[in-house]
Amino acid sequence: MAETTTQTPGLPGADRASQILHQARTVMDDLHLGPVQRWKAAHPGGLAIGYMPIYVPRPLFEAIGCLPVTIFGGGDQVDIIRGDSYFQSYICHIPRSTIELGLNGHLNCLDGMVFPSLCDVIRNLGGMWKMLFPDRWSSYLDLPQNFALHLGGKFYAQELKRIARELHERGAKAYDPEALREAIRHENRRRLAINVLDNLRRTEPWRLPTSDMYVLLRAGGLMPALEHAQMLEEFADAVRARPARPFDNVRVVLVGAFCEQPPLDLIRTLEKSGCDIVDDDLQLGLRYIESAIDDTTSDPLEALANSFIQYGAATASRYIGTAEKGAALLEKVQATKADGVVFAAASFCDPALLDQPMLEAALERNGVPFTAFKFSENTGQFQVIREQAGAFSDSVKLWGTVQ
Amino acid sequence: MSTALPVRNRPPVSLRPATAKDSSQDRQKQMIADHYEKLAHAKENGQKVVYTFVPGNLTELLQALDLLPVLPEINALQSGMRQKSAGYIAEAEKAGHSEDVCTYVKCDIGMLKSGNFGPTGTKLPEPDLLLLSYTGCFTFLKWFELLREEYKCPVVMLHVPYQPDGVISPEMREYVVNQLRDEVIPALERLSGKKLDMDKLKYHLDLSRQAEDDLVKVWESAKHKPSPIDGYFGGVYYIGPIFTSFRGSQDAVDYYRELRGECEARILRNEGPQTPDGLMGEQRYRLVVEGPPNWTSFPDFWRMFAKEGAVVVASTYTRVGGLYDTGFRHDSSQPLETMANYCLGCYTNLGLPTRVDLLERYIREYEADGFLINSVKSCNSFSAGQLLMLRQLEQRTGVPGGFIESDLVDPRYFSKANIENRLQSYFQMIDARRLRVSA
Repeated sequence: MAETTTQTPGLPGADRASQILHQARTVMDDLHLGPVQRWKAAHPGGLAIGYMPIYVPRPLFEAIGCLPVTIFGGGDQVDIIRGDSYFQSYICHIPRSTIELGLNGHLNCLDGMVFPSLCDVIRNLGGMWKMLFPDRWSSYLDLPQNFALHLGGKFYAQELKRIARELHERGAKAYDPEALREAIRHENRRRLAINVLDNLRRTEPWRLPTSDMYVLLRAGGLMPALEHAQMLEEFADAVRARPARPFDNVRVVLVGAFCEQPPLDLIRTLEKSGCDIVDDDLQLGLRYIESAIDDTTSDPLEALANSFIQYGAATASRYIGTAEKGAALLEKVQATKADGVVFAAASFCDPALLDQPMLEAALERNGVPFTAFKFSENTGQFQVIREQAGAFSDSVKLWGTVQ
Repeated sequence: MSTALPVRNRPPVSLRPATAKDSSQDRQKQMIADHYEKLAHAKENGQKVVYTFVPGNLTELLQALDLLPVLPEINALQSGMRQKSAGYIAEAEKAGHSEDVCTYVKCDIGMLKSGNFGPTGTKLPEPDLLLLSYTGCFTFLKWFELLREEYKCPVVMLHVPYQPDGVISPEMREYVVNQLRDEVIPALERLSGKKLDMDKLKYHLDLSRQAEDDLVKVWESAKHKPSPIDGYFGGVYYIGPIFTSFRGSQDAVDYYRELRGECEARILRNEGPQTPDGLMGEQRYRLVVEGPPNWTSFPDFWRMFAKEGAVVVASTYTRVGGLYDTGFRHDSSQPLETMANYCLGCYTNLGLPTRVDLLERYIREYEADGFLINSVKSCNSFSAGQLLMLRQLEQRTGVPGGFIESDLVDPRYFSKANIENRLQSYFQMIDARRLRVSA
């Protein structure tokens, strides 16, 4: 990629990689969705459709002239006042901050919301949204748990048609196969760019720490795929020119089936504790389809649906029927030459916490060390986590296992 | 101004002396005992055992193929009532299960690790197959993934789409029917070693309909004043046969016919329902209740209502295994479609706006004085969103809402004093509202 000459305010003289990171961080931190508002201004008639994690078929939205916008709640930036009054103490944090953002107007630029079938809380949040914002379009997206193409695949394709039809009735473009093929090409390009960065992170984690990778990917939740792909491609070139030196860290895979996101400082805390995170499922939505999607077929909508069925990532919210539980994680550990696994589940996250004992058992059977803790998106105290992760990395480094 | 006594000084309502148990209770007890006896000897008799869940259960299909069901939720709640659940949960947590997750799951895992002795004290047979009917609760999916790890047995999955808008689309129904036809039935046929006899299935579906007709009459009897039933505390007994292994059986038909007769007889005698301490006398408060009960302190929980003269006239927990009072009946003329409609229509498979509509209907049709939520920590399917439901219902009906918190089978989350205080405050609120209205 040719380097652009864009200057980043506030970072005069910074290297290009740092400038791109700064841009991405600005996008990520903008809870008023400034980039989305600018996109709408530049695309009159275009609809911005928010969606809750983890996965929605973004190319479908782009193909009908919509910008899919990932809503990750308020993180550690929002004081929850009204949101807390809608949820009991034993419910996770992301629905509280999402309600808070909705009620205080932060999400007003969105023309609709999608609630994918991730867990009972996000599902019910979709019902709450309908009651709280009855004048705005919102939809539940039932992702299939049956992975036969003629059963779950067919049902899912029908779901996608329904979504496209409902949005068209509200001003989106009509579904056009060629537009979807193009959107799939853009998504494939983004996926390739992510793969390039993932490989770089695995080979030189000191050059591309996960905390940087996270910011880059997180920004993509508010950008069209092509724009994001170009940003990642440019960053990949720029970061190789950035001076960097290796650290004597252990290599870990970070697992949390992340819907609710940890604070960025928590990721940095793990890095500072001696852990090079060589793989993670933080921004799983952008990596969920583990293959290129067919962009040549006459029925791209079916291809999009089938990609979910055939190439969807093994994660807590996806039923594992016949495969061995934990096999995908073990493959990841081996592929990344990781020394261990760090489990970080959001407090009260049913999918992640119910899944974890099975994954831990698989790791134990195969002698892979692991450690586990919980967090909330607004966790502000990291000392305990730092000590735990530090002890884990020391232990793995000294003995190759946890003593 | 009214001269009514302040609520705090009102004496508890008097309960009439306990009478003999209703004969339907004895019948149900015998049905359950017989079922567990069959389970105890299933392996030696060569009968195959299928573990499955209450919401979206396919009991008629299992009966048609002579398969024996085991329902882990029922084992868990029975463990709660028998004061075994605390130990089982501790066992599961020691094995690495989080304190944050569903206690039914942990209770079941703990029971398994403690020898798998069921409610009658006999050892439960291991499953030959796990029938994962994924209806209305995401945790079911993880639960059977966990059990598959423990039992190393096959699983067959039925993914039942959610009804976010309270409408079953043709695509949803077709998806479920196709799974039944292409995957579920073939898997059950392989297990049973016999081909599904559609006439036999239709026979059981017909029996289901008969029992469902009578159950609805039982629910609707609570419109009478005084109500002859408690639709929550008593209701959980009434749903026992139809939510578990007996829907589609002649036993269930006989049970519900008898139960209906008992309710009609109580109406003629102007009697209230049985409570743990006798027949309920004066009914001061007619309530609609949302959410499952607590099982570890079930009789105490019930007494908190009964002694205040609070009778539950309708509840949503008693609709999780089938929502019949909105019109659904099993229809033997369309066997697969009717099973699909049943699974799709269970209460927790309905979007929150539809749940609120149903509750509003109950409040109005049953002329309730109040609406109460028992929010349980374990069940996000029920609980997430209940505080908004409470607000919506208060706005729509003007009926005061109450909110208490407990858990299904984890006694650590049942605070008797706290719940009792909240309930008393709630009943005061209803009284105060009445005073304002009558002034």
